[in-house]
Amino acid sequence: MSANKTITTAPSLADIGGPRQPLITAKDLTCHFPVRAGILAPKKVVRAVDGIDFTIAKGETLGVVGESGCGKSTTARLLIGLVPITGGKIIYDGQELNADLSLRDLRRGVQMVFQDSFASLNPRMTIEETIAFGPKVNGVPQAEALAIARDLLDRIGLDPARFAGRYPHELSGGQRQRVNIGRALAMRPRLLILDEAVSALDKSVEAQVLNLLEDLRRDFDLTYMFISHDLNVVRFISDRLMVMYLGEVVEVGPAEALYHKQAHPYTAALFSAMPSMDPDARTQVPPLAGDPPNPIDPPSGCRFHTRCPLAKSVCSSLKPRAITLNEGHQVACHLHDPASGYEEVAA
Amino acid sequence: MTYTATSTSTALEVPAAPTVGYWAGVWRRLRRDPVSLICAAILLALIFCAIFAPWLGFADPYTGSMIARLKPIGTPGHILGTDELGRDMLARLIYGGRLTLFLGITPVVAAFVIGTSLGLIAGYVGGWVNSMIMRVTDIFFAFPSVLLAIAISGALGAGVVNSLVSLTIVFIPPITRVAESVTASVRKLDYVDAARASGAGNFTIVRVQVLGNVLGPIFVYATSLTSVCMIISAGLSFLGLGVKPPEPEWGLMLNTLRTAIYINPWVAALPGMMIFITSLCLNLLSDGLRSAMNVRQ
Repeated sequence: MSANKTITTAPSLADIGGPRQPLITAKDLTCHFPVRAGILAPKKVVRAVDGIDFTIAKGETLGVVGESGCGKSTTARLLIGLVPITGGKIIYDGQELNADLSLRDLRRGVQMVFQDSFASLNPRMTIEETIAFGPKVNGVPQAEALAIARDLLDRIGLDPARFAGRYPHELSGGQRQRVNIGRALAMRPRLLILDEAVSALDKSVEAQVLNLLEDLRRDFDLTYMFISHDLNVVRFISDRLMVMYLGEVVEVGPAEALYHKQAHPYTAALFSAMPSMDPDARTQVPPLAGDPPNPIDPPSGCRFHTRCPLAKSVCSSLKPRAITLNEGHQVACHLHDPASGYEEVAA
Repeated sequence: MTYTATSTSTALEVPAAPTVGYWAGVWRRLRRDPVSLICAAILLALIFCAIFAPWLGFADPYTGSMIARLKPIGTPGHILGTDELGRDMLARLIYGGRLTLFLGITPVVAAFVIGTSLGLIAGYVGGWVNSMIMRVTDIFFAFPSVLLAIAISGALGAGVVNSLVSLTIVFIPPITRVAESVTASVRKLDYVDAARASGAGNFTIVRVQVLGNVLGPIFVYATSLTSVCMIISAGLSFLGLGVKPPEPEWGLMLNTLRTAIYINPWVAALPGMMIFITSLCLNLLSDGLRSAMNVRQ
């Protein structure tokens, strides 16, 4: 209907380092939440994200997978400053947060779509007001902000004439999630974090929203960080995949390659838990036993050793290094580290 | 920063689609609730009579007649009888509504403004600010509200203004507590995070995103407090700490007619009936409002 329409809203932060410089670099990024059982109980920390390194290249989609509570969402919230950083650095296009770049500027470059489409929309605001809010607080006059909102509504597939004045409870889940995407895009971000953004939708609606995301990525020149627990969806949309376990990155690699051959036992377990369309390939045995350990008191050495089918004694004492297998494929597991001593030790 | 939207010409000319706003929805649901409507009608009639009492042709509530004392209900010229000084009960009840409603509503409105502000700050800021505000309100909760009102009124001395002040102080803590809990729950929602992520300041977030979503529940709670406030203020007057005779006020009238309970019990019970009906209507209306405003489609 309006594919040829162009919108110029807030100019996004200008590209600085050129296409080869990663859009986001996280260095030893750490987020610990203090918890206290009682007034006299000793202070403990939840190690939600514990020293992770990753990069997101310009224009790519990085898929992030892992069990509930592995730190995926916390990583996302760290990137837009919704939770305080305990340690480490975030570098946005060569500029370090809090050194070269203020949080306010970072938030112009990074936006997020939340999982719960209803909770992330103010029930007392019309959807055009919701989308216009971001530009407005950044100094755009009311009329222009509303024009931006209507334009974006058009772009996300909701006819502004019919939808602009509606309230969130008058929309379906898929329509609400489109509005959330529109609200994020109103800030003209370069990185859009999708935190389980399609997980709560029906399969058919999910496919529509995924296709919309593909279109928007092209039109707005976006980079995605796509957090999900649905490996099929992640495979469809991601260029690279990052696997997290208990606040750490265990494996990073090209999505398609990882899908066929996993280096880390945890990644292998995740993929084997995927429901298969082939009845003969049905899994009978749960690939992993038990729940992930408590992030307040993570296991020593490799954090996965308590549940790893291939664990040896070295795994419980020595923390694995990140080993580069191929171009862009890294894994943190003693199995692939000849220097770790995994081979010599009897199981 | 330059912002331009190229599609204004097409998009802005389209009229907004008709949509049901929040308050329209509340009104639609309230309209289907006969109990709430009847209560609202009774309250409106009471308030109307209270405001326009001097122009509605009632008898003078201050002039009595020594020969026409404690006449029963239905006496010609005095439909609801007369009190212990021979004053017309109907006129005194209507005029009494002025002070009673004023004393019932004003402290709650004042406490609503102050308590909501405190609760918003406590709930939104959190941390030690929250602890400080909420622990102080906890101290007030240690006293029963009637006792607290009597204690403060007693310390300040009798009088309308002092009872207004004491009642306001009594109702700030419960409203603060409700406001704090509603704000704390709204603050955790993703749309507040999304607003923070768009770079909005705290004041803007509270004003635009939080306030509209917390006022409803606090308002409903405050409505239910109005009846309590009326009863306590009537209690203060009954104890001689509020309104002084000969002003007509339901609590005070109940006190002075107490001695007539064996002579003419129906007339003596009338001020109590008025307090009962008004507070019942307020409670039922606030219940109706609560369910009408509880929208979660």
